[in-house]
Amino acid sequence: MNQQKEKFFQVQDLTKVYQMGEVAVHALRGVTMELYAGELVVLLGPSGSGKSTLLNIMGGLDTATGGVVSYRGKELTKATEKELTEYRRFHVGFVFQFYNLISSLTARENVSVVTEIAPDPMAPQQALDLVGLSDRLNHFPAQLSGGEQQRVAIARAISKKPAVLLCDEPTGALDSQTGIVVLQALERINRELGTATAIITHNVDIAGMADRVIHLSNGHIASVEINKVKKSASELQW
Amino acid sequence: MKGQVFAITLVVMSGVATFIMFISTMHSLDFTRSKFYREYNFADVFVNLKRAPETLKYKINDIQGVHQVETRVCAQAKLDIRGFKESVTARITSIPDDGDPLLNRLYIRKGRLPDPARDNEVAMNETFAQAHGLNPGDKFAAVINGKWKRLTVTGIVLSPEFILLMKTGAMTPDFKRYGALWMTRKAISKAYDMEGAFNDVVLTVYPGTALSDVVRDLDNILGRYGGFGAYGRKDQISHRLLSEEFRQLKTSSRIYPTIFICVAAFLLNIVMSRTISTQREQIGTLKAFGYNNLSIAVHYATMVMMIIATGVLLGIAGGIWFGKMLGALYMETYRFPFFHYILHPQVMIAVVVISVAAALSGTMHSLWNAARQTPAEAMRPEAPVKYRVSLIEKTGIGRWLSQPSRIIFRNIERKPVKTVLAIIGIATACATMICSGFFRDCIDYMVHIQFVLSQKEDMTVSFVEPTSYRAVYELKRMEGISSGEAFRSVPVRMKFGHRSYKTVINGIQPDSHLNILLDNHLKSISMPPSGILLTDYLGEILGVKAGDLLTVEALEGSRAVRQVPVVAMAKQYLGVMGYMNLEALNRLINEGDAISGAYLVTDETHREKLFQLFVQMPRVAEIVVRQNEIRSIYEIMAKAMLFFMFIATVMACSIAFGVVYNSARISLAERSRELSSLRVLGYTRGEIAYILLGELGFITLVAIPLGFIIGYWICAYVAHALTTDLYRIPMMIELKTYAQAALVVIVSAVISGCIVRHKLNNLDLVEVLKTRE
Repeated sequence: MNQQKEKFFQVQDLTKVYQMGEVAVHALRGVTMELYAGELVVLLGPSGSGKSTLLNIMGGLDTATGGVVSYRGKELTKATEKELTEYRRFHVGFVFQFYNLISSLTARENVSVVTEIAPDPMAPQQALDLVGLSDRLNHFPAQLSGGEQQRVAIARAISKKPAVLLCDEPTGALDSQTGIVVLQALERINRELGTATAIITHNVDIAGMADRVIHLSNGHIASVEINKVKKSASELQW
Repeated sequence: MKGQVFAITLVVMSGVATFIMFISTMHSLDFTRSKFYREYNFADVFVNLKRAPETLKYKINDIQGVHQVETRVCAQAKLDIRGFKESVTARITSIPDDGDPLLNRLYIRKGRLPDPARDNEVAMNETFAQAHGLNPGDKFAAVINGKWKRLTVTGIVLSPEFILLMKTGAMTPDFKRYGALWMTRKAISKAYDMEGAFNDVVLTVYPGTALSDVVRDLDNILGRYGGFGAYGRKDQISHRLLSEEFRQLKTSSRIYPTIFICVAAFLLNIVMSRTISTQREQIGTLKAFGYNNLSIAVHYATMVMMIIATGVLLGIAGGIWFGKMLGALYMETYRFPFFHYILHPQVMIAVVVISVAAALSGTMHSLWNAARQTPAEAMRPEAPVKYRVSLIEKTGIGRWLSQPSRIIFRNIERKPVKTVLAIIGIATACATMICSGFFRDCIDYMVHIQFVLSQKEDMTVSFVEPTSYRAVYELKRMEGISSGEAFRSVPVRMKFGHRSYKTVINGIQPDSHLNILLDNHLKSISMPPSGILLTDYLGEILGVKAGDLLTVEALEGSRAVRQVPVVAMAKQYLGVMGYMNLEALNRLINEGDAISGAYLVTDETHREKLFQLFVQMPRVAEIVVRQNEIRSIYEIMAKAMLFFMFIATVMACSIAFGVVYNSARISLAERSRELSSLRVLGYTRGEIAYILLGELGFITLVAIPLGFIIGYWICAYVAHALTTDLYRIPMMIELKTYAQAALVVIVSAVISGCIVRHKLNNLDLVEVLKTRE
């Protein structure tokens, strides 16, 4: 199925070595994978397996030690600082474990931060509507619950209508009930807008909602499985 | 924290250095002056008179409380120094034929005192000799009592009487055009027909003697010998000017260090509260391990103390260095045989106590917060910061603001106290610059008032003795003189109620175009046919207003005492005196048509020739060329102004840099997570720099006008505090001074901004976004 779809990301023999003092840490040891348009992929692995490093490099936040990452045929691993900024600005949306909202701005303004610099954004209110926060537009982060803050972060990430959404442990700081609400929001975005979505998690239960599950372990891809039957986010529990 | 510690140390250092510089210079000069006075037997009472027999000395000696008396012969002479084509006058003072004077002894820097066997030898004061490059053995010409005489310099000397040699009424000393000479009593008496007589007395009194009684008795004795009125040390010109300088140093030593210490306390406050909030987890852990509040507080206090100690130590070293520099600068104008640099231990103790107290008061709040937390509370992350919609957005402007601009305004408003203090900090930097420019501006203004608006002549000629009005006609007939006006100058004592003041009355022509009196609005006042005009400050001293009757006692000629109505007050920044119609003044003192000199307007091409002619004229005592007078004011002031400008600029830069850099670094530390998030969302480096530095730009721009206001206040205070009868400081700040102040602040802010921008560029996105797990 995937083979007919556009290949958004092509990752080839990706390696990443961090120098921590005198110790060299091999975070990625030759990862090869793809991400296709419109699919929802869960990258599953324990802490230290290299999944965040992989996501950071795909998101243009970090550089690779070796190998190639290309986005729609353009090599990110060779891009300049300026090109990476543009890539992040126009093509990719991020969701982090700790939301990373601007605390001095309201929910609507946090979304506007992105819509103001995007070429063809949706209205901030529409984005917040999609994540079910239309009644929280003028609240500051300090006035929102963790789940609500994460949904604002999702609204912010999708408001520029990115081709790809990269989510790093989006439910990591939330209880299961709230986590499911957040995953429902991601699921809806993927379904309704067709945004290719990569979710990093160490939570096995989330894997059920993915089209494909990529298992990472110790800097390698251990296995890739395709979910024949995708679960809806509301069916998940942990 | 390296940069921040450096910036704070710089501010503490500047504060301590300026304090030490001003105070130690003042103490050193004071000590040096006292030592010089003591060792060289400086007199307590001074008086000039027309002429009295030497035998009168015994009567003076019998005045109760008088210790030592010395009679002298003093005279004014016109000099002709080879190679210097300008008017030079000198005051000649006699020294006893048997050597060193009893009072106001001379310190011989080079050579020897004149030989009583030779009547053509003089000793010369050091500043004058240096200005002309004269040394023992050199010769020059002088008109002494109307006769040309060639004199030989035998020695270069210093006198406690002329530590600062300055003509009364002048704006600044003029080393090239006014000198002091000493001749033996025999030689000068012969030249001025004063054998067996004297025209000047100096004396000392026993400790505890009432000076006013001695002055009264002395005036009673000398009244009929043409005494001009005795005065104590406090009115002796050199002593007074030096005391004024001490007052200025004292005022400066209060203002500037206070600014610095406050800024340092503020900086420590923001830096320490930030440090403590980032280290709250460690504090919690330490407390969980059993450390008590005191040891936590002591830990941070030690950190503060180390910063303060470095600042204080460097400041003391810098202060000594600057103090010696300033001392050396003073020594160019104020001449002492020696200069003892003194730094009292109590000054250093005061510096340490003040700095430590300020630092602790600045950090007390943060230390208290650190100590107060329970371990569990400290180990939890800080509660999220609450924000509100800023006031500026509520005005309706909000709609037009971009999200980054909103972030800026909301951050500014979230910490109003910090913002206000940062604004005040930067404003004081701006104010410091204004204060340093102010001195240049008020000198420019005084010169403008004095030499452009009031005195329109370009040459003033004074005669040796009062002369007939005919002399003006003679002068006007000379080639190259286009117009001339006579003036008369009479020393007087003015009395009103219980107040009295010794000064001069200038008689000027009623329709004068060359000497114009100005009112408070700088409009010219026409001279009424009778009555007297007083300079405004003299009016204040005497408590007189227009319409009052003033008692005037002439101190020369007939010594008439008359009642004169005060008609108006004239604005004048230099000296204090009265003005009258020339004829009315002569009537007052019962003199016909006598004049003391003339104001002249000359043709530039003839000026030098005219000058040479006047130098040759024995009846001409002094020629003042206005252009030279103005030039000399600036020559004398230039070095001092440059020094203070330098100090002020260093101070202003270190404050502006300290405040802006620290504020920027703290904002960066507090908001690196937000800024990184924005970078991740695709904001460019420039766009996030705008958020961080825009806040500081805004604070700086608000601070500058406030700095103008604070600067104006400080200048007004200084002008008020330093007002004396010698001079009043006009409250005048030029536009360019404001511009210069703003520029220095902006440049300092931009430099600190660039340093922080550099750090911003190196923001590690992944590192900053790393989750807590």
